[in-house]
Amino acid sequence: MNNLWYSLPLATVNPASLGHFNPLAIAFFILFVAISLGITYWAANLTKNTSHFYTAGGNISAFQNGLALAGDFMSAASFLGIAGLVALNGFDGLIYSIGFLVGWPLVMFLIAEPLRNLGKYTFADVVAYRLQQTPVRIAAAIGTLAVISFYLIAQMVGAGELIKLLFGFEYELAVVIVGCVMMAYVIFGGMIATTWVQIIKAILLLGGTVLLAVLVLAKFGFNPTTLFAAAATKYSGVLAPGKLVSDPFDAISLGMSLMFGTGGLPHILMRFYTVSDAKAARDSVTYATAFIGVFYLLTFILGFGAMVLVGQEAIKQIGTGGNMAAPMLAQFLGGNAFLGFIAAVSFATILAVVAGLTLSGAAALSHDLWVNVVRSGHANETEQLRVARFATMLLGAFAILLGILFKGQNVAYMVGLAFAIAASGNFPALLLSMLWRRFTTTGAVASMLVGTFSSLILIYFSPTIQVTILKHASAPFPLKNPGLISIPLAFLVGIVVSLLTSEQQAQEKFAEVENRIHS
Amino acid sequence: MEDRTQAIQALATKRWRVSLMLSGAMMFIYFGFILLIAFNKPLLGSLVIPGLSLGILLGVLVITSAWILIFIYVRWANNSYDNEIARLSRK
Repeated sequence: MNNLWYSLPLATVNPASLGHFNPLAIAFFILFVAISLGITYWAANLTKNTSHFYTAGGNISAFQNGLALAGDFMSAASFLGIAGLVALNGFDGLIYSIGFLVGWPLVMFLIAEPLRNLGKYTFADVVAYRLQQTPVRIAAAIGTLAVISFYLIAQMVGAGELIKLLFGFEYELAVVIVGCVMMAYVIFGGMIATTWVQIIKAILLLGGTVLLAVLVLAKFGFNPTTLFAAAATKYSGVLAPGKLVSDPFDAISLGMSLMFGTGGLPHILMRFYTVSDAKAARDSVTYATAFIGVFYLLTFILGFGAMVLVGQEAIKQIGTGGNMAAPMLAQFLGGNAFLGFIAAVSFATILAVVAGLTLSGAAALSHDLWVNVVRSGHANETEQLRVARFATMLLGAFAILLGILFKGQNVAYMVGLAFAIAASGNFPALLLSMLWRRFTTTGAVASMLVGTFSSLILIYFSPTIQVTILKHASAPFPLKNPGLISIPLAFLVGIVVSLLTSEQQAQEKFAEVENRIHS
Repeated sequence: MEDRTQAIQALATKRWRVSLMLSGAMMFIYFGFILLIAFNKPLLGSLVIPGLSLGILLGVLVITSAWILIFIYVRWANNSYDNEIARLSRK
């Protein structure tokens, strides 16, 4: 078996050969776009009404939804970003792998089933269930859009670098292309198309990752510890926590954001409405966690594999964020054909995640803001769909702009920031609204706004923006991730403000909430 | 009708107790790991066997523990919780 792998034609890594027009990779790219647009066209004929556009009419099975959840979650950040972080920093990158997974049990225990039973399209449906609709929906939409923007930046940066690596286009042009294809997806297909794209992509991504990991392990006698030992010999200290978490509070802050962020991600929460009942929601989380866990365990292998086989110097030469470590590893192991395949998978990943994100952003803008706030619930189906499609275009354009502005950042790190905003802005209010009888409208709105804005402000004053991007000498806020401050603050504000106000109607309707959750 | 409301409240209390206990277990495991990373880096860097540091081993165990906790919850929900829901909706 070993000999077979060894006989594969091995390309040596030569950074100078990358970043030019690559016909094989382009063939794979066109093939994928053609197939997925075909699916989108087919699904477009099935998108008959608003419920189909957002949630595929509640007809997705638990297994399909588990794959789609995994597809939504395993973004470019996971595949490109974590592989890069591990390749460049060793053990520190694994903190992301583990943190991205441990949020899932919390989603399962606290969020998935109540959410399925209480809402219709967005998580704001749940928070607003027994509170006043208008203020809650406005606050929730602000939180949702902030999370989605940061998440989109990461995907756009990853896509831009990838297309630049394959086609040799300018980074900016690559971002514009991704943005346009993504808008076409969502506008014509809605959630059914997005769900199918996620499912196909989840299978491709898992398959590609397994294949890469097997090829890496084959070089080390199928023993991960031999690989880790080789990494430690080549670069000392990579098996222990290192410079990324040199400040202990930075590690804790990042850990909190990753753990509580999953339960506040609008595009993940929206997936629970695509299944028929609470039991299906439960089963879909089980499937999703199994797939995602396997995937993150394999990122250990990919990251250290790229570190040993490709080398940190070559990876840094292509991009400072290390985002191209996995594609470079693919080229080393299987030549240009394999690079083409992994690149197509990564591109599909990004496209699908961007589509899912845009869709939940469009839902917040059109369902929460337009239909429920501007038109006070009186908008017919055609109008809702038109507003949702317009919102999609708006978000697409915004994403392109942000992707160009944030060139050169590591994408897993950027997603870590999106998790921080989700954990502060959305998660506390969502949890308290389902769990605590005394929770009031004012408390919910205060918690969501304080959570969202405190994390945004702290990110602005963090070393990443102040020192790395704005080139100031120092930053007023020392932590790279704001979670340690903003998450407790959002909980505290939500609780204190609720205790100071009282809302008779919200308390009376709590029995109804309990009734709905447990049915 | 009063009966039903009370039964639902009791069930709600029970479900949240199970959910919060399991969430607490996950948080304890994960934050224990994070606190070790934050405050005892040399310990996590020590090698269990050549090539495998304690940090990597514990990381794999944290992921495994997430699976185990989910398995426990699904068993409880499928066996106990769903039955009680079914019993309540028949009333």
